[in-house]
Amino acid sequence: MDIMLFSLPIVVLLPFFGAIVVALASIANRIYAAWSAIGITVLSIACLSPLAARVFDGETIIQSWAWIERAGLFFAFRLDGLSMFFALLILGIGFLVILYGRYYLSSKDHMGRFFAYILMFMGSMLGVVLSENVILLVIFWELTSLTSFLLISFWQHKNEAREGARMSLGVTAAGGLALLGGVLILGHIVGSYELSEILKSGDIVREHPLYLTTLILILIGAFAKSAQFPFHFWLPHAMAAPTPVSAYLHSATMVKAGIFLLARLFPVLSGTQEWLWIVGGIGMTTLLIGAYTAMFKTDLKGLLAYSTVSHLGLITALLGFGSKLAVVAALFHIMNHAAFKAALFMIAGAVDHETGTRDTRKLGGLIKYMPITAILAFITSAAMAGVPMLNGFLSKEMFLTESLAVSEGLLWASIVPILATIGSILAVAYSIKFVKEVFLGEASKDIPKIPHETPYGMLVPIGIFATICIAVGLFPAFMVGDLLGIVVASSLQATLPKYELALWHGVNLPLMMSMTALIVGAVVYASRTRLYRLHQRYIESINAKQYYDMLIDELFALSIYISRKFDKGSLQHASVWVIVSSIALGTIGFCMIEAPLIGDRSMLDLDLVTLLMGVGLIFVSLIMIVIHRQRIVSLVVVGFVGLAISLGFVKFSAPDLALTQLSVEIVTIILLLLALYFIPKNTPIEHNKKRIYRDIFISLLSGAGITAFTMAILTRDFSSISNFFLEQSVPGGGGTNVVNVILVDFRGFDTLGEISVLAIAGLGIFAMLKGMRLPEYTKNCSGLSWSDDPHPMIMSTLSRVLFPLMLMFAVFIFMRGHNLPGGGFIAGLIASIAITVQYLANGISWTQARLKANMHMMIGFGLLIATLAGIGSMFVGYPFLTSTVGHFDLPIVGNIHVASAIAFDLGVFLVVVGVTLMILVGIGKLGAVAESKSLDNKEIEEGA
Amino acid sequence: MELLISLIIGALTVSGVFLTLRGRIFPVVLGLMFLSYAVNIFLFSMGRLVPGLPAIIDDTQAGYADPLPQALVLTAIVISFGMSAFLIALALKLYSYMGNDHVDGEQLPSDEQLSVLTRYKKKKGRNKS
Repeated sequence: MDIMLFSLPIVVLLPFFGAIVVALASIANRIYAAWSAIGITVLSIACLSPLAARVFDGETIIQSWAWIERAGLFFAFRLDGLSMFFALLILGIGFLVILYGRYYLSSKDHMGRFFAYILMFMGSMLGVVLSENVILLVIFWELTSLTSFLLISFWQHKNEAREGARMSLGVTAAGGLALLGGVLILGHIVGSYELSEILKSGDIVREHPLYLTTLILILIGAFAKSAQFPFHFWLPHAMAAPTPVSAYLHSATMVKAGIFLLARLFPVLSGTQEWLWIVGGIGMTTLLIGAYTAMFKTDLKGLLAYSTVSHLGLITALLGFGSKLAVVAALFHIMNHAAFKAALFMIAGAVDHETGTRDTRKLGGLIKYMPITAILAFITSAAMAGVPMLNGFLSKEMFLTESLAVSEGLLWASIVPILATIGSILAVAYSIKFVKEVFLGEASKDIPKIPHETPYGMLVPIGIFATICIAVGLFPAFMVGDLLGIVVASSLQATLPKYELALWHGVNLPLMMSMTALIVGAVVYASRTRLYRLHQRYIESINAKQYYDMLIDELFALSIYISRKFDKGSLQHASVWVIVSSIALGTIGFCMIEAPLIGDRSMLDLDLVTLLMGVGLIFVSLIMIVIHRQRIVSLVVVGFVGLAISLGFVKFSAPDLALTQLSVEIVTIILLLLALYFIPKNTPIEHNKKRIYRDIFISLLSGAGITAFTMAILTRDFSSISNFFLEQSVPGGGGTNVVNVILVDFRGFDTLGEISVLAIAGLGIFAMLKGMRLPEYTKNCSGLSWSDDPHPMIMSTLSRVLFPLMLMFAVFIFMRGHNLPGGGFIAGLIASIAITVQYLANGISWTQARLKANMHMMIGFGLLIATLAGIGSMFVGYPFLTSTVGHFDLPIVGNIHVASAIAFDLGVFLVVVGVTLMILVGIGKLGAVAESKSLDNKEIEEGA
Repeated sequence: MELLISLIIGALTVSGVFLTLRGRIFPVVLGLMFLSYAVNIFLFSMGRLVPGLPAIIDDTQAGYADPLPQALVLTAIVISFGMSAFLIALALKLYSYMGNDHVDGEQLPSDEQLSVLTRYKKKKGRNKS
C-alpha cells in the first residue's frame, strides 16, 4: 500500500491523535508535552512535504473516500497551491508558536491541556484548508470554532476569558450555521459538493436565481470568522486568551479562514456587482473602523487586535475588488500579515511576560532593558506600517494600486483610493504608537516587575518572523515568487495575470500615496492628544459588544418566554400537551385517508373463553379509573391484566412472549409491593373534579382512536419481511425457535443494545438508592400493626428445597431456548425469581450471607460475554454477531444443538439476573438497617 | 376476535392515559405500565392474529405466526420492566426528599405552613405597594 495515497488525511488527523499523545506526555513531565507537540507538527510537515513538488508542478492532488454518499458527503481532501500555502502557514506558524508557548506558559498553567488544544485546533484548521468536499469543510470549520473556544477560555478562572470565549463561539458558530446553509445551496445548484466540480461551475452559480442568497449566507460565515464589520467585535474580546493563542489563531490562521474561503470560492462567486459591493464595501469599512479604533487602544493586544481587524478588512476589500491583480495582492498580503502580526503578538506577549502589564500608559523606555526585543519590534511594526524595504510595504503598494484601478473611470469611486490612503495613515499612526509608547520615551516607574531581555526560546520565533519580513521586503520575487504564483493560480483557477514582484516600481501614484501615509501618519500621532479628546467625547461610548449583549439577552428572554408558555414546570401539564397533540395528529391522519375503516381481511371466529377473558380484561382495566386510589387493590388488577395478557400470548402462538410476560409480571409485582412498603398505600383524593372529567374525556378519546386504528390494521392483509427469518432460522441461525434466533442472531445487535439499556437502568437505580434510608411504617393502612413474625417457617423451608429445582428449571429453559420456547431473557427472569424467593422467605441478611455474587460484576460480565461473543465471529472473518452451529451429545439430555449464539444468550441471562436482583434487593434494603440490627442483637444473645 | 383485541388495546389505553395524567408517581407508574401493555399488544398484533401456529420450525405445521413482532415485543417487555423499576426508584428517592410522591417534585405544605405562607405573601404585597 502506498502511503502517499492517503497522506492528506494523515496530515489532517495526525494533530488530533497528537493531542492525545501530548495530553498523556504531560502526565510524565510538562515539558515533554511541548516537545511532543513540536514532534507532531514536524511529522505533519514531513507528511505534507513530499507532495509539495507535485503541487509546484501545477498538479492538484485529490484523495477521496465515500463517507455518507447519499448526502453528498465524502471524506475528500484536496491539495493545490492555495491549500498548500495555507497548510504550510498553519504548520509553520504552529511550530513557532508552540516553541514560543513552551517558554511563555508559567509553571501554573497546564501545558498538556494547552498543547493538546493547540494541536486539535491545528488539525481542524488543516481540515478546513485541505477539504475537497465542502460539507467536510464546514465540519472542520465548526471544529475550529469549538477548539478556539477552548483556547480562548484556557485561563478559565478569568471572567473575561470565559466571556470572550462565549462571545467568539456565539458569533463564529452562528456564522458557521449560515455557511452550512450557503454551502448546501451551492452544492444543490452545482449538483455536487466537491470543490473540483464547484470551481468549474462559476457561470451556472452566478446565473442561478439563488445566487444572492448563497452569496450572502457564505459571506456571513466568512465575515463572522474573519472578524469583518459588523461581526468584528468578538476578536478584541478573544484577546483574553494566552498570547501564543492570539498570535496563532487571531492573527495568522483562524481569522484567515474566512478569507481563505473567499479566495477558494473566488472563481465561483466573484465577478458580479453584488460581490463587488458587499465584499469590497464591508472590507473597506472594516479596514477603516479597525485602524481607527486601534489608534486609541491602550492595551497592547487590543491595539494589535484592532489592527488585525483592519488588515483583514484590507484583504477582504482586495478580494472584493475582483480583479486578478487584486487577488494577487490579497494573497500576498495574507503572507506578509501573518509574518509581521504573529511576531508583534509575540512581542506583546514577551513584554507582558517580562513587565507584568500590557498597558501602554504604564509602559515606556523598555529599549534599555530589552534591546533585542525592541529592535525586532521596530522591524515588524515598520512592516505593519508599510515602510519600504519590508514586506508590508510591497503588498500595501499593491493594495493602493488596486484601489486606484477599481476607481478608474468612475468619479464617485475615486473615494476608494482616498479611503485607502486614510487607512494607511491610521496604520502608520498606530504602528508608531506601538513602538514609541512601549520601547521609547522615559522608563516608567509603574511597571509591576523589573524587566529583563526576553528568553531566547521566545526570541527565536520572533526573530525568524522579522527575518522573513526583511527578506521578503528586499527580494520578494526570489523569496515567494514561485509560491505566490501557484497560490494565485489555484485560487483563480485560471492563468496567472502579469505582475511583477519588485521593490522599486518607479515614482508613481501609489508610491506617492504611501509616502503621504507615512508622513501624515506621523503627524497624526504627534497631534494625538487632541484626537483622543475628540474620540473620548463622541465615539468611545459606541461599543458593538453592548449591542451584542443586548441581542443575546433579548434572545434568552424570548426563549424563556416561549418555553414558559408551554412548560409550566408540571409533568401533568406536559403530559396533557403530548397526549392531546398526538390525538390531534391522529385525527388529522384519520381524516386524510378516504379508505373505509374496516378492511376486507376475513376475521377470526370468537370463542367463548377468549370472549370471557377479553371482557374481563376490558372491565378491570376500566375499573382502574375508579379504584386507582387504593394502591394495593390496583396492584391486584395489574397482576390480573398481566396474567390475562400472557394467556393471550399463548392463544396467539407466542409462547416466548407468554413466558416472558409471566415472569416479568411476577418480578414487577414484587417490586411494586416492596415500594408500597415505604410510600403511602392510598393516593389522596383529588378535589379538582373538572380536571378528572377532562382527563377521562382525553383518555376515552385516545382509547377510541387506538381501537379504531388497530381495527383498521387488523382487518387488512400485509406482507412481512419475516419469511427471510423463517427460511434462514435453521440453516443460518442453527435454531428452530425463530423468535430466539432473531434475538440472539439476526437482530443480535439490537439485543445487545437492549441489555445495555437494562444494565444502565439497573446501575441508575443503584446509584439513586445508594445510601438512602426510608422510614418504615409499623402499621398497615387499616391501622393494624405488621406481624413481627420474622419469616414463616413453612415458607422458608419449602423455598430452600425448591431453590435448586427452580435454578434447574432456569437452566433447562436457557438450554432449550434456541429450539423451543425459552432463552436468556426468560431463563434470567426465572433465575432471579428463584433467588428473590429466597430473599422473601429468609430475609436479606440470611440470603446475602450465602449469595456472595456481586451483581455489578455479574452485569459487567454479562455485557462483556455478549460483546465478546459478537467480536468472536469477527475474528473468524464474519460480521459482528454471526453465529456458528455445533452438535454435542450429553448424557440424559441427549443431543444438544449448540450455536455460538448461546454464549451471547448467556450474556443476556447474566445481565437480566444481575439487573433484576440489584433492583429488587436495592429497594428491599432501604429499610434493612432495622432488620440487620435486630439480627445482630439476636446473634449476640445467642452467643452469650 | 379482531374487534375484541382492538377493544382490549383501547381499554388498556384509556386507563393508561388516565393514570398517566394523575398527580402522584405511583398511579403514573401504573399508567405507564398499562400503556406499555397496550403498546406491546398493539405491536404484537401487527403480525396479525394467528392462533395455534407458533414460530418454531416444524415441517408438519401449515404455517407460522410472524416471529418478528414477537421478538420486538419480547425485548420491549423487559425494557418496560426496567423503565417501571427506574420510575419506582425515582418515586422512592423523591419521597425521601419531599415526604410526598407528587410528580412535580413540589414540597406540599401542610395546613399550618400554608397559613404562614399566605400571611407572608400578604405582607410582601403590602410592602411592595
